[in-house]
Amino acid sequence: MPRRTMIEAIRDAMDVSMERDERVVVFGEDVGFFGGVFRCTQGLQAKYGKSRCFDAPINESGIVGSAIGMAAYGLKPCVEIQFADYMYPAYDQLTQEAARLRYRSNGDFTCPIVVRMPTGGGIFGGQTHSQSPEALFTHVSGLKTVVPSNPHDAKGLLIAAIEDPDPVIFLEPKRLYNGPFDGHHDRPVTPWSKHELGEVADGHYTVPLGKAVIRRAGSALTVLAYGTMVYVAQAAAEETGIDAEIIDLRTLLPLDLDAIVASVKKTGRCVIVHEATLTSGFGAELSALVQETCFYHLEAPVARVAGWDTPYPHAQEWDYFPGPARVGRALIETMEA
Amino acid sequence: MADAGMLRFHVPEPEVRPGGTPDFSNVTIAAAGSVPRPDIDVDPRTIRDMAFSIIRVLNRDGKAVGPWAGLLSNEELLEGLRHMMTLRTFDARMQMAQRQGKTSFYMQHLGEEAVSCAFRKALAPGDMNFPTYRQAGLLIADGYPMVTMMNQIYSNEADPLKGRQLPIMYSSKEHGFFSISGNLATQYIQAVGWAMASAISNDSKIAAAWIGDGSTAESDFHSALVFASTYKAPVVLNVVNNQWAISTFQGIARGGSGTFAARGLGFGIPSLRVDGNDYLAVHAVAKWAAERARKNLGPTLVEYVTYRAGAHSSSDDPSAYRPKTESDAWPLGDPIVRLKNHLIGLGVWSDERHAQAEAEILDTVIAAQKEAESHGTLHAGGKPSTRDMFEGLYAEMPPHLRRQRQQAGV
Repeated sequence: MPRRTMIEAIRDAMDVSMERDERVVVFGEDVGFFGGVFRCTQGLQAKYGKSRCFDAPINESGIVGSAIGMAAYGLKPCVEIQFADYMYPAYDQLTQEAARLRYRSNGDFTCPIVVRMPTGGGIFGGQTHSQSPEALFTHVSGLKTVVPSNPHDAKGLLIAAIEDPDPVIFLEPKRLYNGPFDGHHDRPVTPWSKHELGEVADGHYTVPLGKAVIRRAGSALTVLAYGTMVYVAQAAAEETGIDAEIIDLRTLLPLDLDAIVASVKKTGRCVIVHEATLTSGFGAELSALVQETCFYHLEAPVARVAGWDTPYPHAQEWDYFPGPARVGRALIETMEA
Repeated sequence: MADAGMLRFHVPEPEVRPGGTPDFSNVTIAAAGSVPRPDIDVDPRTIRDMAFSIIRVLNRDGKAVGPWAGLLSNEELLEGLRHMMTLRTFDARMQMAQRQGKTSFYMQHLGEEAVSCAFRKALAPGDMNFPTYRQAGLLIADGYPMVTMMNQIYSNEADPLKGRQLPIMYSSKEHGFFSISGNLATQYIQAVGWAMASAISNDSKIAAAWIGDGSTAESDFHSALVFASTYKAPVVLNVVNNQWAISTFQGIARGGSGTFAARGLGFGIPSLRVDGNDYLAVHAVAKWAAERARKNLGPTLVEYVTYRAGAHSSSDDPSAYRPKTESDAWPLGDPIVRLKNHLIGLGVWSDERHAQAEAEILDTVIAAQKEAESHGTLHAGGKPSTRDMFEGLYAEMPPHLRRQRQQAGV
């Protein structure tokens, strides 16, 4: 099976979708001729023409707003916001327009759009190229929010998102684009070409939205993670020797609560890990759900490891990033509690 | 530089406030028939002055004059008059229904009926409007059932939107009427996107974007003009300048720009101003702009100069911020009276027939109201179910919503 980077897998998902369905159009800043600053759309304009893959003005509300209109017409736009940090001008369009169009018109109009955006830090991007705004989307009724952690899932989830009849936010952990980064920033990263999840089948396949997957089976405690934190959690488990069961949520909304409950009821302990800031982060929702559904099975308080409640700093990137040492400490404390 | 050294902050003020004498002497009104009608493929750079004039067809004597006249038959004009009268009567009844507690909220069109009623007749089947809350004439003039509109206003058991949306935020794809959001300006860029999609699909349909004078200050307006200009989208960009954004006079949004139409000039978009109270002028300009869009000539910005004679909404009292008699002083008159007088001048209408039509329309509206009320009003009779509240958010209900619906006991 061919091995691909996450960038190649994402590009392949759009390629496959555009090939199969001429309603799929792709646009965003630098997306057309150049192929995107991360090169996720490279070659698509040459292959499908300027009507189906094109450059957009630097105007995120315009990108998303026009995509909503295109979707109402009957196209299936898959647009790129260059960094998740740039999505705020489009937030009104996403939350009050895309998310509610089906509901408020009782299905008279629908909004099958995908909004891709690189998320997370680890590239010395500072405050404006590192954010993880997933909780700002999961809080909104009417959106779906997806965070893939590897090339195989990224392709299957993106195709599923494009085929989904409702708006999907597709957050791409940019630190994973070229390899499964585990938080050890001082070590070389294994490229996807040497990782089994870099195996990406040719052609069409989907990974269903709303289904989590167990990345590491274990019996001592459950780690809930997504995106980059899946690998950080794996490193923490290996380094502490704690037999953690690591669940890669893949889709935050709809959430695979059944998978979470089954694991936490088995292990009795739960650590939640995300790169986004702690307060009102998605971990708060996960923690509440675990408490509501698994309280009588819990042996220890649910722990959260997250980004500190500061803007994402530049020089202090690795002090901010919840790396394997911090996650490992949380695993140990949860076992000892 | 006499007073260099101390900066002064500038806040524009309307000419007159309550208690003052209405004064529109600063509103320059071009004579009917005086503005030329360029070919649709005109170089936009050569018609920049049109953004500062006003295209008018009906003159003071009620005659249709000049190069923008002559597009509509007498039958079409009579139909247009009936649409405007119907909208006004509909508004009056629904405004009253709101006062009677049959719904929570209403917004009327008083004085602005020509804009949406005439515009609708310039479009072709399949074209899509992205309206604001004051373009119900698009539905009335397209034959959308009044009963269905009222069912929506009452949020009753027959409401096609299942009670989920505020009154008057209609939606009808079939009638080329995009779901009204209730947020301002957001749909302007969506209209441009719809038009881009039509062009991408090599279709023949065009879009019409709608916005008010106040909301042109929103960044979505700028976004829409950028995208429309860049991609030459087949869209008509409508700005309804009714002088007032709730209590805020249009100068707060317009700033130092001469007109709202002039906003389009920097984008190279042909930008026209039209007498919004002149049914014939609105229709003629809309037709011109729609034809440009359909012939791959790109967007046109049209400013409809009109006056919001009524309150902003059922929750608003304009006497707190503008003279009560200001609407009487509005120099462009009343759109219904003007078209009525024109038709009388043509010999195809009379005061008697007008009064008779008013009575017939009132009967029709009351009959529709009775039928709608048989399906319930906001606080009485049949209403959408609690179950409806949970449905239709996603194509397929996700597990968490199913759990919440169960918790709610429905």
